[in-house]
Amino acid sequence: MVPLWMYLVVAAALFSTGLFGVLARRNAIAILMSIELMLNAVNINLVAFWRYNTPLDLSGQAFAVFVFVVAAAEVAVGLALIISIYRKRQSVIAEDVNMLKW
Amino acid sequence: MNLNEWIFIGLFFALGWALPATPIVLGKILAPKRPNQVKQQTYECGVEMVGSPWTQFRAQYYIFALVFLVFDVELVFLFPWALAYNQLGLFALFEMTVFIFLLVVALVYTWRKGALRWS
Amino acid sequence: MELTAESIVFLIMSAITLGGGLLVVSARNLFHAGLYLMVSLLGVAGLFVLLSAPFLAGVQVVVYIGAIAILIILAIMLTPSVTQLPAIFNRQWAFNLALAAFFFVLLVSVVSPIMGELGVDAWNADFTQKNPADVPADSIVNLGKDLVDPDKYMLPFEVASVLLMAALIGAVLLVSPDKAKADEGGED
Repeated sequence: MVPLWMYLVVAAALFSTGLFGVLARRNAIAILMSIELMLNAVNINLVAFWRYNTPLDLSGQAFAVFVFVVAAAEVAVGLALIISIYRKRQSVIAEDVNMLKW
Repeated sequence: MNLNEWIFIGLFFALGWALPATPIVLGKILAPKRPNQVKQQTYECGVEMVGSPWTQFRAQYYIFALVFLVFDVELVFLFPWALAYNQLGLFALFEMTVFIFLLVVALVYTWRKGALRWS
Repeated sequence: MELTAESIVFLIMSAITLGGGLLVVSARNLFHAGLYLMVSLLGVAGLFVLLSAPFLAGVQVVVYIGAIAILIILAIMLTPSVTQLPAIFNRQWAFNLALAAFFFVLLVSVVSPIMGELGVDAWNADFTQKNPADVPADSIVNLGKDLVDPDKYMLPFEVASVLLMAALIGAVLLVSPDKAKADEGGED
């Protein structure tokens, strides 16, 4: 099989791509998409460690399942917030939502 | 991990990709190109287009997609539970009933709120 | 790495995942970014298949591509004025790129055998293993048992349904039409 570290490198690359998207994109929906990439990188790591270290104990898969659920809830509420902000300010640019700044 | 079990899925993907791609590519190569105003329209023999396609869609679509998402995620738990059902006791059935009950509460709330009504 | 059928599939799936991911963060048109997100998620599903987790691969396709990505694309269509921005990155993007690249180098230096070859002791030899034990055929059945087992994941399992309920109610409340009418002064 492919050695474990290769999966970890792929996951690291995907996570860093998502990190750059979160830090640099201006559109809030694009930021949410980048967060999805980061969550997927975490899932690759969880499943890879499960496969190579504890294939008999299913904790890794169970954690991946819960990551799916949390990702779904996060996307549902996050996008609802973005739509609600868009209605109020006609914008989903993260820099425009600066009510808390002085 | 036996890759041979998955070769059919790979073939399926390849075929599913090739079937629509072949006529598109062949059409690009073989068809004569004499564009004019009428031919360039999105619907060559349909209603004439008005305005930009990037208009505001109704938020109701989002609510329906949301309800779909929540019950889609339910599958993640329901499927392994159903596979193991024969080896589980009555308590597991009770747990799953609580799980589904909570989701149905959310659905009933959405319904009572009037968010499912297409106004 | 010797080029077996499995390693070739691994390389293809990694390329799809990472290429799709790069296109997601760099696509100018947000709608295209949503479609590239689907491609990237499909690559992750392929990696799950390679890792002998076919159930998670199916869930990835059904839940992530079929529901989450669709929801994101719907949200893009609901906020149309922003698909064409003059600049898609903010002013600090160069610094952020350097930060992400540094983070990547940091992670790779921990997980890949490069550090071991450079003679650093901290390198974990566990990461080079290639021949793990076989996965039992009934692993999904065991997953089902674990999820409702009071000693394992019963509580997270029930809390997950509470989380989903709260997410649905909260999101519906945020975008429900009554509120929209109050915000927009009745026009719809």
